Amino acid sequence: MNAQEYISSGLLELYVAGTLSEEENQDVASAMLQYSEVRDEVLEIEATIVKITAANAPGETQKLFPAILKTLGLGGNDNIKQLPKRDTFLITFSGWAAAIIMAFGMLWMITQNKQLGANLDIALNERQLIEEQIAKANNDLEEKNNLLAVLRDKEMITVPLAGQAVYPDAYAKVYWNKAAENIYLDVQGLPDPPEGKVYQVWSLTLNPLTPTSLGVIDQFTADENKIFAISNPNASEAFGITLEPAGGSPTPTMEQLYTLGLVAG
Amino acid sequence: MELEPLIFAFKEKNVKAFESLYDMYSDSLSGVIYNILKDQEMTEEVMQDVFVKVWHNSDGYDATKGRFFTWILNIARNAAIDKTRSRAYKDAKKNLDADLFVDILSSGDQFDKQTDAIGIRNYLGKLALKCKQIIEAIYFKGYTQKETAELLAIPLGTVKTRNRNCISDLRTILDVQAI
Repeated sequence: MNAQEYISSGLLELYVAGTLSEEENQDVASAMLQYSEVRDEVLEIEATIVKITAANAPGETQKLFPAILKTLGLGGNDNIKQLPKRDTFLITFSGWAAAIIMAFGMLWMITQNKQLGANLDIALNERQLIEEQIAKANNDLEEKNNLLAVLRDKEMITVPLAGQAVYPDAYAKVYWNKAAENIYLDVQGLPDPPEGKVYQVWSLTLNPLTPTSLGVIDQFTADENKIFAISNPNASEAFGITLEPAGGSPTPTMEQLYTLGLVAG
Repeated sequence: MELEPLIFAFKEKNVKAFESLYDMYSDSLSGVIYNILKDQEMTEEVMQDVFVKVWHNSDGYDATKGRFFTWILNIARNAAIDKTRSRAYKDAKKNLDADLFVDILSSGDQFDKQTDAIGIRNYLGKLALKCKQIIEAIYFKGYTQKETAELLAIPLGTVKTRNRNCISDLRTILDVQAI
């Protein structure tokens, strides 16, 4: 069936009702992924059913929620259940890993230096050249040291972003310094975006669900370490990354949600 | 804006996301439960049970198997039907009338005044009887196509198309209202 055939089949209405066979259910689910028109149609049908059923509610349901939280032992203030604290381990680990890489880097430079010393007389020009390289390596090292210092800052909140349906193997990580109002986004675990597409970074609040764009990563392929500093003055409760047409979109395209992660309460 | 981030956060036991989903669907589920029980107090009891269950079973929702709304709608309907089998319900409801949801809707006064709902109720009155019946059966009662066909004494093949046409009418009506 093509998109229009799905829409006029009457299957989508029954999909929302939950009365299709398992096989039909799967057909509709894959049609929704394949055709955005089908997806939109399902969303509209659902919104319609939500509206008419809601019109039949006998009273305000809002007032029931506190009692539900209480029954669940979640009552009172913003008692948000925290994610397991695997973050600290990863910070420590990446810290050590970076330190080891640095140590090797230094060792390499010292060795380089020695060799240069031996060849000094016969290769003055060459030395000049290599010294420049060393200067550059030193700069790089300093840069990496700075980055490491930034990521190790105690104010830094780490938010792992997990891969979502469209690309489950994707991952990313946000390091967020609330006081400084900026984030460092590590997107090494994302595939190169296809031609004409860019990754867009979103700050989300959850109630109500509101996305705020933090910008697009248009230097993804060019950037070597895949870590981007982005300003974030928002009271973020989650971060997400979607794939969007070049230039980005005003709202996230959820079918193209690559990674998503919650800020621990 | 789609739901994925909320569902993700909800499955991670994030209370804000849970509340956000509650705000989106609680009126709807309450409407469905009330349609079965016709009793506000019992509806509120069942509502609590439903959302407690939804929280505990958040892992049970699988996005590849259907919509989140469909999932909780099903939980709510089953909980309401269970309630009809309880002693408390049987004692309270000796003589139930078989009003359609729209008839309950249009008898408006026992409801809190939610402006949206009142508007929708007024417009629903315009829906053809056969549409009220089929929407009632499929969405409020959760009947299968076969059960719906038997209830309305129409051929099985008619259910899908009639339901689609009725939802289309409904969407037109609600759109008109939105303007």
